[in-house]
Amino acid sequence: MFAALGDQTRLTLVAKLSGGESYSISQLTSDSQLTRQAITKHLRVLESVGIVRCTRAGRERRFKFEPQPITDIREYLDIVSRQWDEALGRLKKFVEE
Amino acid sequence: MSDRIEKRIEFKAPVSRVWRALTDYREFGEWFHVKLDGPFVPGQMSTGHITYPGYEHLKWEAVVVKMEPEKAFSFTWHPYGIDPKVDYSKETPTLVEFKLEKTENGTLLLLTESGFDKVPAHRREEAFRMNDGGWTQQMKNIEEHVAHTS
Repeated sequence: MFAALGDQTRLTLVAKLSGGESYSISQLTSDSQLTRQAITKHLRVLESVGIVRCTRAGRERRFKFEPQPITDIREYLDIVSRQWDEALGRLKKFVEE
Repeated sequence: MSDRIEKRIEFKAPVSRVWRALTDYREFGEWFHVKLDGPFVPGQMSTGHITYPGYEHLKWEAVVVKMEPEKAFSFTWHPYGIDPKVDYSKETPTLVEFKLEKTENGTLLLLTESGFDKVPAHRREEAFRMNDGGWTQQMKNIEEHVAHTS
């Protein structure tokens, strides 16, 4: 997931898709310097970690943003982060008393 | 989005005091709420069990990576306790690093936990459940306390 987002092109794609609209490959390629094939490859990476979903409308493939995996990871990191805050708070008390 | 957690906290205590609280296994256990079986040794597994209310069924397991006196202490683990019924050997642990720096008034502690990109989805779900369980337990403790004192 982090690796999937650690790429400028993919981040740009996610930023565009995160509005909630679904886009075709042509729409996503039009404001990019990259070829259709290259964009498709990046979309596949995003799809493989569940951030992007591909649907078919007739003969056209459309891509849509799927926020759940990102929300899940963020919530998880929040839990671990909060547990560290509590533990370090106890450590502070412990060494300062 | 970052795959690491970073904390910085300053203590009004000398570096030597903070170092002892971090690396003496009994002192570590006091504030971390874990009962450790023995001292931390670099390269070796540290074992014990969590003593935090509501999490007592969980084991503590970490592998000490580095102990550089009064400077750096690090270990790898599977974040937040281990269910004895689950085999974690195939999962990549996260790395926890404590770094100490002397300041004018005491000690600065920098904590980093990294490697969350490798934590599998089902482990995260478990954390949500455990987190929820912890709160449920805390609420129960409060209720019991109130019931006894009223």
